[in-house]
Amino acid sequence: MAKKPDLLPGTLDMLILKTLTRSPLHGYGIALSIKRLSDDVLTVEEGSLYPALQRLLLQGWVKAEWKMTETNRRARFYTLTAAGRKQLGIEISQFEQMMVAIGRVLEDAVEA
Amino acid sequence: MNPLTSFAHKVAMLFNRKNFGSELDEEMAFHRAQAEREFIAGGLSPEAARYKVLQQFGNSTLLREQSHGIVSFRAETVLQDIRFGMRQMRKRPAFAITATLILALGMGVSVAIFGFVDSALLQPLPYANPSRLMSVNESAAVFPRSNLSREDYDDWKRLNRSFSSIEVYTGTGYLLRGAASTEPVPAARVSDGFFTTLGVKPFLGRVFLAGEDKPGGAKIVLLSYGTWVKRFGARANVIGQSVNLSGDAYTIVGVLPREFSFAPRGNAEFWAPLLDKNGCEQRRSCHNLDGIGRLRDGVSAQAAMQDLKAIAAQLERQYPGSNQGQGVSLLPLSEIIVGDVRPILLTLLVGAGLLLVIACVNVASLLLVRSESRRREIAVRGALGATRARLSRQFVTEGLLLASAGCAGGFAVAKWLMMLMTRMVPKDVAPRVPFLAQVGINGHTAAFAAMIALLAAVVLAATPVLRLSFQDIQDGLGEGGRAAAGRLWRRMGANLVVVELAVAVVLLVGAGLLGQSFYKLLHVETGFDTTHLATVQVMAPDNLYTKDPQKIALYREIQRRLGSLPGVQSVGLASVLPINCNCNTDWIRFVGKPFHGEHNEVDERDISPGYMNTLKARLVRGRMFREDEDASKPQAIVINETLARKFYPGEDPIGKKVADLSLDPKSMREVIGVVADVREGALDDAVWPTEYQAIYFGTDNQFSVAVRTAQDEKTVLPIVVSTIRQIDPNLGVYGEITMTDQMNASQSAVLHSLSTWLVGGFAVIALVLGVVGLYGVIAYSVSQRTREIGVRMALGAQRSSVYKMVMGEACWLTATGVGIGLISSVGTSLLMRKVLFGVAVWNVPTLLGVALVLGTASLAASFLPAHRAASINPTEALRAE
Repeated sequence: MAKKPDLLPGTLDMLILKTLTRSPLHGYGIALSIKRLSDDVLTVEEGSLYPALQRLLLQGWVKAEWKMTETNRRARFYTLTAAGRKQLGIEISQFEQMMVAIGRVLEDAVEA
Repeated sequence: MNPLTSFAHKVAMLFNRKNFGSELDEEMAFHRAQAEREFIAGGLSPEAARYKVLQQFGNSTLLREQSHGIVSFRAETVLQDIRFGMRQMRKRPAFAITATLILALGMGVSVAIFGFVDSALLQPLPYANPSRLMSVNESAAVFPRSNLSREDYDDWKRLNRSFSSIEVYTGTGYLLRGAASTEPVPAARVSDGFFTTLGVKPFLGRVFLAGEDKPGGAKIVLLSYGTWVKRFGARANVIGQSVNLSGDAYTIVGVLPREFSFAPRGNAEFWAPLLDKNGCEQRRSCHNLDGIGRLRDGVSAQAAMQDLKAIAAQLERQYPGSNQGQGVSLLPLSEIIVGDVRPILLTLLVGAGLLLVIACVNVASLLLVRSESRRREIAVRGALGATRARLSRQFVTEGLLLASAGCAGGFAVAKWLMMLMTRMVPKDVAPRVPFLAQVGINGHTAAFAAMIALLAAVVLAATPVLRLSFQDIQDGLGEGGRAAAGRLWRRMGANLVVVELAVAVVLLVGAGLLGQSFYKLLHVETGFDTTHLATVQVMAPDNLYTKDPQKIALYREIQRRLGSLPGVQSVGLASVLPINCNCNTDWIRFVGKPFHGEHNEVDERDISPGYMNTLKARLVRGRMFREDEDASKPQAIVINETLARKFYPGEDPIGKKVADLSLDPKSMREVIGVVADVREGALDDAVWPTEYQAIYFGTDNQFSVAVRTAQDEKTVLPIVVSTIRQIDPNLGVYGEITMTDQMNASQSAVLHSLSTWLVGGFAVIALVLGVVGLYGVIAYSVSQRTREIGVRMALGAQRSSVYKMVMGEACWLTATGVGIGLISSVGTSLLMRKVLFGVAVWNVPTLLGVALVLGTASLAASFLPAHRAASINPTEALRAE
């Protein structure tokens, strides 16, 4: 298996919330969505979605309900809640702040 | 986030656990199925697709665990651990039972001893504001703490500025006239403010009022609670009733509360005010009172001491004859009540603590062996994704489980041991041990038990956790990792066993020293034959026996009647029997020797002419008293060898004259004989100079009878009592006991025997645990090295060299343990100095003996595994792995 970059720690929750902004998805859908949107760069150990989803459920940032898929199989679909949307905003702005900060450090390192 | 909703969610989850699991499983299964389909659609074979999916998905067991962990309470996994731990123990009941028993023993012993320490030393005396209560006494050259004389007491009370009150007490006895018979009862006389100073409130009636102790005052009395119940049927109307004590009518004014105890007079049934001065109390030179005082607020003990010393100095100037050299002894009251038992209790506490250490170490090494055999289990759990923290928590849980089981068992052991120890105190000693009643399971002991349980849990949890952190978990899956781990265990196990052996040595040495000390105490030179000697106390009522001739007639009649009993060889009377106390002393002056007012303090005993013969004491020089030596003849005394050596060095004392300090002609007496020392004081007291006078000279209504018997002296006791009662039913006859029992029941002997048995018991347990521990280490080491030994033997090693190898390891461990133990035991025996009698702390035979016992036991224990090692069949050993 080719070594792919690990996900930055703490970003999984943000990515899940983000993928859910468009429409409710089941776990597999979330995994696919992350993979596709990142052009296969970001892969998660897919199973680790599920503990993360439990955490988000517990915080009240997502809701879950069992529905039928288009292939007529039962799956649990996750929907973003209002609180989740707000949390996503917070996480994105925190993440951007961090990226800017890291960028500055790297630029400085290049100049030196 | 809202903690409340998340809590509610968790609670909801708690009841929906099964559902949660199955939903999660379904969700994950759906995920994998979808992914698999995608891969197959992409052209992979179904097999490759499944493999790829599993790889991509990750460890589903671990993920499920993590998901559970998020929605569940922390406590739930703890419960899980506990259930698992219990299952583990049920699976290996021998281990669980052994470990629990060992822990229960160690904890129970510690808790029991702590119970005694707590009630004796930690809990305050049961009086109001006890830290301000002092024992106030005089001191003399030979008595660091001597009694007060009544006149000195009156002056101290009047002149001091440091105490809000100084009160006194003294023991006495009354003849209680009952309907059928006369019974002597122990009692006490106290000054008026005694009970108010202690802060004791009466259960019924009142305590004494100020001024009620003056000579000529009304005869009133307080009852102890026990007496009120036993003799007065616990009737509330006893107040105001009259009771006949030694022929006088006393009015009962109150009943003391049930919880009241005053150890120095623990057995007193009646408490009367001082009232009239008895013969001794009329003289300033005669000391018969003990004092207690309550310090004024803000006054320190040192300041009070200075105050009293100044008063004593003033009295010394004022009354040089009686008060020369009379100083002050001021101690906290608690020192008087529990001071004697403190060193012994502390010794026992240290012993119990050491036993607890051994027990913990032993169980810890059992756990180590077990964790060794659980390597595969741990490795499997690790491979399935258990983190190190989670595995450690399992061990912590199991440690806690063991510790709590041990603690519960420990409580049972403690309760039983406390009962046993309380029972070991003889009945007539018990009232003088005030804290005995409080000993038991209470808040303090429970807290102590919880504390040591926690400590034990930490030790028990830490051992396998440490062990875990040394080891690469994955190694356990393969068999190859065994050698390294085995070595590691050997190192740790070996260290633990050295600790056990060292502690066992310390306890054995302690027990050895105490045992020798006890033996020496019971076999100390008494100067007389203590066997076949029955003794009894007699009290003649003062109002019936007033004149000397009456009393002398009584003495003679008692000797005659008892002497004619079958099996009785001889009878003697004495004011005080031997092995009692250095008390009832006299100040004497030697005629013709320089005198500077010093108080030559000697024991004074009044004896019948046949007394020394009855004791089988040895007359060294001169003669004994004659039957007709009474007040009509010139006064004479017999002295003991110590007196002769001390005051007549190099002289023949026979014919020399002795008198009181003022050389009063009436007190002039001639030395007619010298006896070999008879030990009058306690077994561990020094022999004092003693003078013996004829009992027909200085008569008293209270005296002791000694009867030398041919047969078992115990069988004679009741006959002696009934015979004396037949002479006069008004006589009080009590305290019948054989001399041997009296010695064994004396305080020093009781304390010694108690501590010897206990520390001896601790030592035996420690020895067994230590040796078993060593056996465990050696046996385990042999089992781990089977292959190595097989190779050695295949390469030509002799059986003898295998023996040597195994025994060498055992010898090394034993030698290290014993060596460390011997060095430490020198330290601990220094701490024991106070409780030892006649035994040097640095006792080479004891140390050698202990080393020998432990060495032999250890070698015997390791011979078994060595033999097993030497009998290994090389071919089988090599094929085994």
